Amino acid sequence: MGRFLLRRLGFLLLTMVFTSLLIFLITQALPGDVARILLGREASQQALDQLRSQLGLDRSLPVQYLSWLGDFVRGDWGTSFSTGQSVRALVLVRLGNSLELAGLTLVIAVPTAVTLGVVAALYEESWIDTLISLASLSVVGLPEFITGLVLIQIFSFRLGWLPANSSIAPDTGFIAALPSLVLPALTATLVLLAYVARLTRASMLVELGRPYVRTAVLKGVRWRRVVVAHVLRNALLPTITVVAISFGWLISGLIVVENVFNYPGLGRLLTFAIARRDIPLIQAIALVAVLGFALANLLADILYAAFNPRITLR
Amino acid sequence: MSGAAGTPLVEFEGVTVAYRRGRRWSRAVRGVDLRLGAGVTYGLVGESGSGKSTLALALLQVLPPSGRVIEGTIRYRGRALAELTPEELRAFYRSVALVPQDPLPSLNPARRVGRQIEEVVDPTGASGAGPRGRALEMLQAVGMADPERVARAYPHQLSGGMQQRVLIAMALAGEPDLLVLDEPTTNLDVTTEATILDLVRDLVRDRDTAVLYVSHSLGVVAELCDRVAVLYAGELVEDAPTRELFERARHPYTQGLFDSVPRLGTNRRLVSLRPIPGRIPSPSALPPGCVFAPRCPIAIDACRAEQPPLERAGEGAVRCIRWRDIEAGRVDPHQTAPPSRVSTPAGELDAVLDVAGLRKHFPLRRSLGELLARRPQRAVHAVEDISVTVRRGHTLGLVGESGSGKSTTARAIVGLDPASEGTIELAGEAVARVLERRSQAAIRRLQMVFQSSDEALNPYRTVGAALRRPFRRLAGLSRAEASRRVIELLQDVQLTAGYAARRPSELSGGEKQRVAIARAFAAEPEVLVFDESVSGLDVSVQAAILNLLNALQQERDTGYLFISHDLAVVSFLADYVAVVYLGRVMESGPAERVLRPPYHPYTEALLSAIPLLDPGAERSHVRLEGEVPSAVDTPSGCPFHTRCPRYLGDVCRDEPPPWREARGDHGVYCHIPLEELRAQQAPAFRYAGGAEPEQEDHG
Repeated sequence: MGRFLLRRLGFLLLTMVFTSLLIFLITQALPGDVARILLGREASQQALDQLRSQLGLDRSLPVQYLSWLGDFVRGDWGTSFSTGQSVRALVLVRLGNSLELAGLTLVIAVPTAVTLGVVAALYEESWIDTLISLASLSVVGLPEFITGLVLIQIFSFRLGWLPANSSIAPDTGFIAALPSLVLPALTATLVLLAYVARLTRASMLVELGRPYVRTAVLKGVRWRRVVVAHVLRNALLPTITVVAISFGWLISGLIVVENVFNYPGLGRLLTFAIARRDIPLIQAIALVAVLGFALANLLADILYAAFNPRITLR
Repeated sequence: MSGAAGTPLVEFEGVTVAYRRGRRWSRAVRGVDLRLGAGVTYGLVGESGSGKSTLALALLQVLPPSGRVIEGTIRYRGRALAELTPEELRAFYRSVALVPQDPLPSLNPARRVGRQIEEVVDPTGASGAGPRGRALEMLQAVGMADPERVARAYPHQLSGGMQQRVLIAMALAGEPDLLVLDEPTTNLDVTTEATILDLVRDLVRDRDTAVLYVSHSLGVVAELCDRVAVLYAGELVEDAPTRELFERARHPYTQGLFDSVPRLGTNRRLVSLRPIPGRIPSPSALPPGCVFAPRCPIAIDACRAEQPPLERAGEGAVRCIRWRDIEAGRVDPHQTAPPSRVSTPAGELDAVLDVAGLRKHFPLRRSLGELLARRPQRAVHAVEDISVTVRRGHTLGLVGESGSGKSTTARAIVGLDPASEGTIELAGEAVARVLERRSQAAIRRLQMVFQSSDEALNPYRTVGAALRRPFRRLAGLSRAEASRRVIELLQDVQLTAGYAARRPSELSGGEKQRVAIARAFAAEPEVLVFDESVSGLDVSVQAAILNLLNALQQERDTGYLFISHDLAVVSFLADYVAVVYLGRVMESGPAERVLRPPYHPYTEALLSAIPLLDPGAERSHVRLEGEVPSAVDTPSGCPFHTRCPRYLGDVCRDEPPPWREARGDHGVYCHIPLEELRAQQAPAFRYAGGAEPEQEDHG
């Protein structure tokens, strides 16, 4: 296990070096001249040149890359072009918000989806199964901005239970922020729900058909216990992997949801940065997002092995 | 659930089981009547498609969701099982047990073996000293050397034989009144099968347990069962005490099964197999009248007109209107035997394939740590040292258990997995070890038939396209000429020209194997390597294929290297036999000499493990302990010393055994002198249809 972790962490490091290079090159290729954007169309050539050398933009690309990477690793993520704030402070606050949203989404989505999938499989081809399949599929087909707006319409405008605008102050605690989190989390849940439920249903059906289930039934074990103690453990293996990987997506991929609810997460910060051509900010968010994905993948592998004795991590 | 005295434990009354296929019901088992009493071991025999497993699962109330008992009643202790409440059904489950065919999928992969056995004792899953002790006790009872370790293991960490023992331990832990075994040894080696059968016999002997033993193997049934029921295409065709059935089969199908099975010690030069023509009908296309009539050699118009009833006959019952004629000898229920075209081999013949010192190692990857520590690279020694000779028009049989290196040898000889060392000569000419470096001529002359024709035939190509290829590539024929030859070839393997347009998915298992054989013969090879090529087939089909191989060899004078784990099949087809263990030849020689004392202790164990078609035969019981050792750290000295029942001591452990030659090419690698072996060993079986062994052998 220790050796596996070491190897995977080394691999993760390589991935990060490679993606950092990719991110750097892509941001270089973005249209528009940074100095011109910062100083405006009226700026003189002299002012532009001065700013470029100040920002280090007159150096060769490899030098720029290495100095950026070096600074990044040391914790100096640069200064935002557009706000003048420290990129690190900005990104870390938003990352915290995104983690809260992702966490709450999983807490709602996973038990619901698994329950739906298990129930659908246990009552395969009955009306319950059909209902669950229909409902979850019709929801997944809708874009998030529609489901989000419908939820706002119901829970904020009609019932008035939850705020429609989830823009929270940077120093809001989790409990205080919770009401603002519920609607975005529900919207993200609806995206995940059908996928996870159908996956769970499919792997439940496969496991229910395996001979070890018959073995358990023949021991005189109650059906409830056969399902819980024998089938679930094996059927949930694919679900565990998918959920862990989707955690990476929840951290940085909820761009639409965060925008609909005005929620200050990483996704919304990214749209903001791209609109402003705020290159240091874009780079930092992209790197954090990739790291999130990579860690989620590693977590998925570890969890999978932890629940599956047939896998030994070496 | 206690029944009145006199009621049998289990009663099938007109039971019909059907599976839902779309909107239709396919009746896999029809109108079965059967009674099973306490303490009786009942065999349920039939080929694939007979419905034997369906019947067993219906009895246990664990049919798959698409299956249902649609007519008739199954009673257990007088109570109809269909009427049980859920609570009563669980009580029923606790009083019965199943040992299935595939042990691994029948065990929960995510739970430790011990816990799974404990659950039998306490189905609520509470673990405690009681259940745990019982689990360990049962593991001990099924012959586990280290029950504690096995209990802690996960199923995938055990070998196939140990997994099956775990399932038997599980089945017996609940002290069932009814034990159902569904082909429990089909995927195991004969030596493992023998120990498992011994175990079942011992464990049920003193308990009055009723046993239903489902099997396709007549031999296993003969060894184990008191009574036998024969199923054909979903119907019970015969039911009788074992001795009666084996001595006086009343149904032509039962007779056909007996005539299809090669018996240990019979050889094609002495007897020929009588396969059953045609194939088993599917439940959706049943013939009118008797289901067996289309394949029956003595069917008359009355047989085709209406379904025969199950009639009492002697101590048993039979579903054939002509059984009295059969019993009185007025008609002959045997299929006609194909004309024997097998001539006796004449003395020394030229070798077409000579393999010497074949060795195949699969190197294991070293981890970074091992590389840095400069640890030597280790390897799987799949084949250590194998030398064999195949003569023109003759068959060399290569036998051994799984892990003996048989298949690796085959693949090395044809060049698919090139040998690490050794020479391969085709009629005196050396050929390259690597397939790519062989000439077209060498490839043409040395062909192979694989075990699974499913994997060897491309599912998207027609039979004709598959067969044309060797003609075009290896013989360089034109397209038209190749097509013409394909038709001839199909006729040679007893298929019609129409098969050229079919795809593999439209063929039965036997037909596919015929196509695979035709493909190998297309190149007109001098030597053919068969790797378990008849092992997956039902006996009646297997018999036809064996006869076909015989006829083709006679016509074409092809040399065969025939690899199989089935000693009876090998003894039937082979002129010479080599017995291999852990990649080394242990014994070799003419077939009739290898099968008689003196033999290598390993051959002795193999032979004594084979179930014979001879209920009540007195025979030696040599059983092997433990598992085949790992091919990574092969034992020193004699590779067999770790399991040898005749282990002498240090000499076996430290020194490679010498070659001790008996008469006429026959010899063994063993430290024990031939005289001593001969004095200690008894023949493993009764000779049937053959000459008595010659007395003098000068070792």
